[in-house]
Amino acid sequence: MKVAVVGAGPAGVRAVERLVAAGLSPVWIDEAPDGGGRIYQRPPPGLARDARTLYGFEARRATALHATLDALKPKVDWRPDTLVWHIRPEARTLHTLSRGRQVELAYDAAILCTGAMDRVIPLPGWTRPGVTTLGAAQIALKTQGCGIGQRVAFIGTGPLLVLVAYQYAKAGAEVVAVLDTTSFATKLRAAPGLMLGGATFAKGLYYTAWLRRRGIRIAEGVTPIAIDGDESGVTAIAWRDAAGREHRAACDAAGIGWGLKPEAQLADLARVPFRHDPVQANWVPVRDGAGRTPVAGIYLAGDGAGIGGAEVAEIAGARAALALLADAGKRIDPIETVTLDRRLATQARFRAALERAFPFPAHLARGIADDTLLCRCEGLHAGELRTAARAEAATGPASEVNRAKSFTRIGMGRCQGRVCGAAAAEILAAELGCGVAAIGRLRGQPPVKPIPIPAAVSAP
Amino acid sequence: MRLVRLRDASRPRITLTLEGQAIEAQQGDTLLTALLAGNAGHLRDSEFGDGHRAGFCLMGACQDCWVVVEGVGRVRACATLAAQGMEVRRG
Repeated sequence: MKVAVVGAGPAGVRAVERLVAAGLSPVWIDEAPDGGGRIYQRPPPGLARDARTLYGFEARRATALHATLDALKPKVDWRPDTLVWHIRPEARTLHTLSRGRQVELAYDAAILCTGAMDRVIPLPGWTRPGVTTLGAAQIALKTQGCGIGQRVAFIGTGPLLVLVAYQYAKAGAEVVAVLDTTSFATKLRAAPGLMLGGATFAKGLYYTAWLRRRGIRIAEGVTPIAIDGDESGVTAIAWRDAAGREHRAACDAAGIGWGLKPEAQLADLARVPFRHDPVQANWVPVRDGAGRTPVAGIYLAGDGAGIGGAEVAEIAGARAALALLADAGKRIDPIETVTLDRRLATQARFRAALERAFPFPAHLARGIADDTLLCRCEGLHAGELRTAARAEAATGPASEVNRAKSFTRIGMGRCQGRVCGAAAAEILAAELGCGVAAIGRLRGQPPVKPIPIPAAVSAP
Repeated sequence: MRLVRLRDASRPRITLTLEGQAIEAQQGDTLLTALLAGNAGHLRDSEFGDGHRAGFCLMGACQDCWVVVEGVGRVRACATLAAQGMEVRRG
């Protein structure tokens, strides 16, 4: 039986672990050179910090995952530095590109563990050098020992906001402001549900208290105004506080982010149907509790199947592997599946509370000014999308998001709408007077990321 | 934009060039780190005239850190390790 696992983050590692334990030797593909996913990404050789410095409270979990990953590599067909750029479910074929070489891989079953990226709401100045996602700010520090600047502001919402600020302050950067667009009252309402998550909730409180003790400015319920700058980059961040007063803080870099969204392009190309999840405000691929999809042979786990975080990803990876094994007629331990299912159910309740504590601020996306750059790939402003949505547009109104794409090029650029997609959907929905679920979802196209043309033309 | 080296900052030095100008970097740097910690300021210009770009996601998704490496072609600076003697152009 030919099994492929795409992704070597927490979900991929635990999936492969179960497959190997059952006597299989899957093909295991990861885009990065060394696996670990974004959360447990290791620095390149030569950078020498220990796990405690790199991963903080998550050091033990990271170390355990790395040990499993490294022990599994010789037991499988390990293919790092490899991009899966297309999947054809009818032919059960993956199209991969590895160091310039195009390779097609046949599979009987595949587990896609493709992870997530930051969800972004554009604001004036957000494309300036010196502005990155929150995840990017964290990756720069974790894997390169670098801050995105010397005096850094962070704006957005979600657990990553205070965590990154804490990590920067600890590493010696000056954190000039931590600006949470979620109000304290919203978080408080979700607090009872968050207690279920125990440690995760407590860690957030710890980081916040640590920052406050050092006199670092933390504001909640803010509205972003702009990231100002000049030729050399960022010079200041401006925002409005909960009472409507305007503030400015000088800085030379800013990290922005409003939670995460699945990197689910491969599931899309595999023709897995999607549904709009109103709690996490994301389109997510349809799967059952074990990770099975309606497409034969395709299983999903981790944040790519809907945001759950690293701890959930480990459980879900193991569970998807057990589902695959059961479907293939292998004997699996029924007690283990029940245990994993129970842990996933508990985590799902906590996750729902977390999403309620840091809801996606759709109103900020809907309020993006007409002259703000919305799509950084195609140089498209919010007003151009609004114009396309209007009935009097020459093309007729863009009544759903893929029509808007063909009329305006929104989401057609090199990132394929990964960055602007969430905000663009809100703007279009507002203009059409409906919810985001009603305007549909940007369809994925191969290649999922740009590849050199010679690699593409050799494929069917 | 200037990346600031906060940790692990005393690794063996390497030298590469950006548009012919020497850039001092360190072993283990990505191209993005090497260039932006080495005062390059930015990595590319928007094709639509809206200014400089210097990457955004650092995880290979946004495609806004493209540069050209002589003999290799166009690469994502965030996902490519810098090496001694690399000749780089803005992307």
